Order: sequence, then structure tokens, then C-alpha cells
Amino acid sequence: MQTLRRKDMLGLEEVSAEEINLILETSRSMREIMQRKIKKVPTLRGRSVLNLFYEPSTRTKASFELAQKYMSSDSVSVTGSSSSLVKGETLKDTVRNVEIMGIECVIMRHPASGSSHYLAHNVEASVINAGDGMHEHPTQGLLDMFTIWEKKGRLENLKVTIVGDIRHSRVARSNLWGLQKMGAEVVVSGPPTLMPPDLDAFGVKYYHDLEEAAEGADVVMALRLQKERQESGLFPSMREYAELYGVTPQKITRAREDLLIMHPGPMNRGIEISSELADGPHSVVLEQAASGVAVRMALLYLLLGGTKEQ
Amino acid sequence: MALHHKATVMDEKSMQQALRRIAHEIIEHNRGIDNVVLIGIRTRGVPLARRMQKYLQEIENLEVPLGILDITLYRDDLIERHDQPVVHTTDVPFDLTRKHVVVIDDVLFTGRTIRSAMDALIDLGRPASIQLAVLIDRGHRELPIRADYAGKNVPSSRSEVVEVKLMEVDQEERVDILEKKSD
Repeated sequence: MQTLRRKDMLGLEEVSAEEINLILETSRSMREIMQRKIKKVPTLRGRSVLNLFYEPSTRTKASFELAQKYMSSDSVSVTGSSSSLVKGETLKDTVRNVEIMGIECVIMRHPASGSSHYLAHNVEASVINAGDGMHEHPTQGLLDMFTIWEKKGRLENLKVTIVGDIRHSRVARSNLWGLQKMGAEVVVSGPPTLMPPDLDAFGVKYYHDLEEAAEGADVVMALRLQKERQESGLFPSMREYAELYGVTPQKITRAREDLLIMHPGPMNRGIEISSELADGPHSVVLEQAASGVAVRMALLYLLLGGTKEQ
Repeated sequence: MALHHKATVMDEKSMQQALRRIAHEIIEHNRGIDNVVLIGIRTRGVPLARRMQKYLQEIENLEVPLGILDITLYRDDLIERHDQPVVHTTDVPFDLTRKHVVVIDDVLFTGRTIRSAMDALIDLGRPASIQLAVLIDRGHRELPIRADYAGKNVPSSRSEVVEVKLMEVDQEERVDILEKKSD
């Protein structure tokens, strides 16, 4: 495959294994650029990108902005509190107004699930979903897969254990779709109240017991636990959560020796992951952040590089 | 439109002779190869650069560094093309600063690939000089670029295609001129 034949990147549910492969291969070339003294290629000179963040973000936003700079595109960033959304303007109006100024790609993070699909249908610009509600966060899923692929040389037949709040996690959802398409086995663990009701539809196995879930795992991925979930009564206390589902060396003794420890960040140390693991030799948490820039450079190239007209 | 064979302009033997001659010219021009590095442009510049490295070693008993350049991200036609070229990895595992960089490609035509390659190289360091070695120079330049070393000058018309086949990539060794003809 040579090109992504799509305008947008909204979620990994609708992307094929072949397309994911192309993105991973292209990301590898992009990572080489990041290791140069002069981290810039002229590829997207003269192309304009809008970063529209309706939710707070540090690494995703920084990562997208750096990817745009390394590819030489011009970009503007608008964050929720400083945007006209607070003045009552609709999302569609906001983006149409910016599009007419010459924006060709919109990166959006938004609290509503499905918002990026809505936007993609209503504008000509390419839309990259940077996280929409509890739906998907495809670039996170891609950077997680890229990190594993770089370390293990493959995704096929690896066992990946995802631990935590699967139900509210767009990161988990993108990883579930993507990893399984690439032939990995995904299992999940966490409090039953934090599992999606349609878990069977994803085709993944659920383990109440984390130790059992991590048996023979090549990768253990801890998800961020949001404190609001406790307030809404989905689990009794942070301490109890940490006791049962916090990823610690003791709970993963049955995993493979060359295990990778992952976390999408930002980490609650001592709750969903122990510092010992987060900073230990198996951890690839920082590599994940570096992979993020490479994957986003690849996506910008693949979505913006060619013409859209046939 | 189909392509028809018009002429074979080089065979295995003449290609080998041409590359060996270029090896001698590189040594002469740079007064030795102490400061010379080779950069092959993907795809067919890479095996040519590997052969050049071998010839230089045979003559001077010194292995010069060899890098691989992918110029996709520096192309000037990305916006015009519908099918995007696949990006491959650039692999230049040494510093270019103050080196005499010999860029190697199979065919010199419009000069646009070489323009891209020079931009890419300058992003990697500040060479003492950039020189260009090609197996075939077929004319029709669109930019003020010339080859320092050419295996063969092949006058061609724009409608013709110059096809270089290398053992390492194509399992055969020859240079053909093909003509576009409507059937």
C-alpha cells in the first residue's frame, strides 16, 4: 500500500491492518528525523494546520505541535478556554471560519464522543481525532503500537494486558481495535464496574485477577485512573484500587521476562502504577512520548502530502 | 501507451568499466579518499554506492563511509502527485561536516532529485563539498545542476525512458532506452 486513501483519522475501528502497517513503517522514517541535529524537513511547507483543544492536554498537544514544526507546516493552536466556544459559537461555525482562512487539517480534542466524526463530515479539511470523549484516541493507539513494534519487532501473537478503567478510556478503545487488527491478543483486567458493557463485542477476555491477566504477557499497559470515577461510586477507594489493580512488580511475576511496561500518561504514581515499575528497566513510558511525535509526523504526511483530487 | 525497447546502451562489462573509471576519478579529484564519504540515493543509487565503495577499497585499501539517502520528504512535487511516494529511512550514521560527499545515483535527468538530495544533506551537516556521480547522464536539465562524474552520456528525447537494471535490485545488469509508442 502506498497511500492512506482517507481524508481523516478518526479512530482505529475503521482503519485496516494494511493502513496501520503503512503508518508504522512511515513513523520509523520519521523517527530518524527526530534524531538529527536539524529536526526539520520541508515536506509540508505552505500547508496549514489548526490544533483545536477543548480539553486540557500537555503531551498530546506538544507532540502534535512539534510534529507540525518538524514537517515545516504552519500551525495555530486554540484551546477551549480562549476560544469562541465559550461565547456560544458552534463547533461547525468555529471550524468553517478557520477553514476559509486556509486551514487544511484540523487536530481536535473534544469531550463529546463522536465530535470528530461530526466535524469531519462538515468540513473539507482533514480531521485528526486527538481524543473524543470516551470514544477513541487513535494517535495514542498508534504510538503505543509503534512503541511495541519497535521493541519487539512485531505485533502479531503478542499478549497485551490492559489494566484499569477500560469503560471510560478512549486510549483503551483505540488500542483494543488496533492491536487486535494487528494480530495481538488483548486481555483486560480491572474492577468489573469499570468494564464496558459491550466487552464481548471487542472479543477480549476479562480477568478479575490482575495476576492471572498478566500471565505470559509481553506488554502490561496501565491506564490512568480518573478520580471523578470514585466520586461517582464506581469503586470504593483509591487505596483499594491500588491494592487490587495497581500494577506492581509483585502482581506481574507471571509475565514474560522481556515484558514492556506502558502507560499513556499522565501517571498517578502509587495508584495505577508503582514508581518502581514506571522508572524500571521494563518501562517504555518515555519511549511512548517520543513515538508520539514520529507517529503524528507520519500521519500528517500521509493525510496531507498528496492531492485529494483524482 | 506502451514502452518499446529501442536500444541497449550499456551492458554488464561497460557498466563495470565506467564505475571503475569513476572510482579513479574520485580519487584523483579529491587527492585520495581520506575525507571522502559516499551517499547512495534510494533506490538504485544504493547498490551503485556499495560497488563504488568496493572499487575504492580495491584501489586505495581504505573503506570509505557509506550512507543511504531517501529524498521523499524533500521532493518538490508532493502536492502535485496523487499517489504519495512511500517514505523510506535515511541512514547516514556519520557526520558530514568537512567531508567531501560524493552523491551517487543511477540517472541524472531533470536535476530535481539532486536538488532534493542536496537540501537533505545540508540538513545533516555542513560538507566541505558535494560532488555528483551518476551512471547515466541523459540531459534535459531543469535546474543548474551537473554531474562531476558520469559513466555515460546518453542523448535521449523526453519521451524516452532510460531504464537502469542492477543485479542487486533487478537480477539483471543493463541500461536500456525505451520508447513510448501508442499501440
